[in-house]
Amino acid sequence: MTTAPVVSAARGTVAIRSENLCRHYRMGETLIRAVDGVSLEVRAGDFVALLGSSGSGKSSVLNLIAGLDRPTSGSVVVGDRDLAKLTREELAKYRLHVVGMVFQSFNLIASMTLAENVELPLRFAEVDRSQRSNLAREALERVGLRARMNHRPSELSGGEQQRAALARALINRPQVLLADEPTGNLDSHTGTEIMSMVREFNRELGMTVVMVTHERALAERYAQRMIFLADGKLIDDKPNTPAPDGGQR
Amino acid sequence: MKISDLSELALRNLRESLLRNSLTTIGISVGVASLVAMLSLGIGLQQLFSRRLAKSGLFDTVLVTSRRDLRGMGREEERNGPTPAESRILDEPARLEIEHLPNVLEAYPDIRFITELRFDDKPHLTMISALPSSAKSNDAFEGMQGSFFSSDTAAEVILQKTFAEELLGKTPSRGVDETSVADLAKPLLGKELTMRYAQRATSPAQPSPPSSDAANSTDSNLAGAAYSVLSREQTLKIVGVADLDLESMRGPTRAKVFLPLKLAESLHVMQPTDLREISRAASDQPVYSSISVRVKNPAQVQLVEDGIKKMGFGTFSIIDASRGLQLVFRVLYAFLGIFGSLALIVASIGIVNTLVMAILERRREIGIMKAIGASDGDVKRIFFAEAGAMGILGGIVGVALGWAIGQVINIGTNIYLKSQSFPPEHFWAVPWWLVVFAIVFAFLVSLVSGLYPAGRAARLDPVQALRYE
Repeated sequence: MTTAPVVSAARGTVAIRSENLCRHYRMGETLIRAVDGVSLEVRAGDFVALLGSSGSGKSSVLNLIAGLDRPTSGSVVVGDRDLAKLTREELAKYRLHVVGMVFQSFNLIASMTLAENVELPLRFAEVDRSQRSNLAREALERVGLRARMNHRPSELSGGEQQRAALARALINRPQVLLADEPTGNLDSHTGTEIMSMVREFNRELGMTVVMVTHERALAERYAQRMIFLADGKLIDDKPNTPAPDGGQR
Repeated sequence: MKISDLSELALRNLRESLLRNSLTTIGISVGVASLVAMLSLGIGLQQLFSRRLAKSGLFDTVLVTSRRDLRGMGREEERNGPTPAESRILDEPARLEIEHLPNVLEAYPDIRFITELRFDDKPHLTMISALPSSAKSNDAFEGMQGSFFSSDTAAEVILQKTFAEELLGKTPSRGVDETSVADLAKPLLGKELTMRYAQRATSPAQPSPPSSDAANSTDSNLAGAAYSVLSREQTLKIVGVADLDLESMRGPTRAKVFLPLKLAESLHVMQPTDLREISRAASDQPVYSSISVRVKNPAQVQLVEDGIKKMGFGTFSIIDASRGLQLVFRVLYAFLGIFGSLALIVASIGIVNTLVMAILERRREIGIMKAIGASDGDVKRIFFAEAGAMGILGGIVGVALGWAIGQVINIGTNIYLKSQSFPPEHFWAVPWWLVVFAIVFAFLVSLVSGLYPAGRAARLDPVQALRYE
């Protein structure tokens, strides 16, 4: 497949680097070490899976990379930004332009149509109305939901909602796509459909993908690299050769 | 985020929980309506008072007297202004000078004298006063039967009600069963009466020029100040009977019979003060005991008064009383405003409550928006815009509501006034600045109410918010 690196930095350069990354919470008297000294590097254009059981800290690492949370200590650098040093305002800009996110529960806004949901990030980016609807239409076209653009999320199936969420994550052409259990609420068929799309973005757009999952099989099928976490610590990091077409289609 | 996007999102969000937001907005409307109602009542009442007072002529009139007269009446000397030695005689040139001061509409002499009127061959001794033609618009003549003087020189007379009763031989019964003016006027209008008066005729022998330092002149100059007093008669036609209160007239008039001013002047009636003036004014120029000065606007009375004082005359006006009245209205405004605002404050608590509820409800939505790139400021502005939109909508509806309440009360009161045979009055005023003020005020109060909820929404931790179900 040909690559079209429109949005990504050159493949092979370091896209994400964390050093001794820690995120501790205090819950009453006890200190919870959700992320406890994780150091890792993700190269641009990679498809990385973060694996672990629940409570292993994989989602916390993803939130730190997403700039939704701040490390207690250590650093996480995406591109040339040290996220720990950004102001809240700069962090919002980072989330708006550099990363795109999809979640297990889709997280579309129920009161908005698909088109409105997809173009919401463009409102925050102060893009003109006409350009906004064009981009939203394009993005929905890409995920095959053009015909459904004026529907509300509740009128769509889970798979369709996740596709819309992918369209929204793509709309600002981010360098990094962060996916938190993207197939967790889907049956295996629609899950495969979504994963194929994610891989397509990874391959065709050169987007760096970091996906959190607890399903090892899913990771083996799509990821080029698998990072295992337990109790907030990195316990294993190994390359993987994904199936050429993601297994069955 | 752009303003257009912001308002679009805000209105969309308001539509989403239509019932709750409508109730909150109605709350604001009621608050604004009460504020508008209270203030417009205050403004309307003040306008009504000012209108009535302006019509009464009490507040745009300055009474000018020669300073010596004041001293002569045993008053204390004026603290500021020229000393008595510099003060001037209130004669025709002085009157013209006063009339030419800025903001002065007219200056006319107060001609008053007590003389005998004969009607049906019966003599009646009474106080007679002259009226300028401008007195026609005075509300003292509102309930008058007949008509005002046909001209300023017509040999006509207007009677005060009690004098009309006297002429008809009716004793004014105290309190109940007052004879109506119409009943009094019927037998009198068009009839004639004869006025006997003393005319002052200046001796032509030794006229001496009028001068302001006449008071300091030597005795020899006073030789010219001789005049003779002639007994005269004048027939006058009764054209009107006025139902006026003796106290409400312009200036200190206590007269019961009124003549046109120019006619009165031409008669050269001997004035009570003439005997005193003889020692100073030695000319054929008329000298007045006092002059009434009508000012264009009550606000300029003080200015005109100062100007006249500088010329060396004593002045008196009721502007001080009016100033006290202004203070009363300011206090009334403040109280009405405070009571009106109370409802708006209660409504603003409603806004806080609605928005805090909305934050709880939309926690997840806030988390999503932050995850896809909304800044704290964006989230804050969305909530602000919602509060502001409720404020503006509530303000507009409230002003309309307040206006409607005012109209209803106005109409209701006028129906009542009509049943009590009073003329309708407009005592409810919603000036445009009150409309603007009320809407802006509602908007600002709403924004202040949105301050806390918006800040809280902006500070929301996106990780927590996204975990929230």
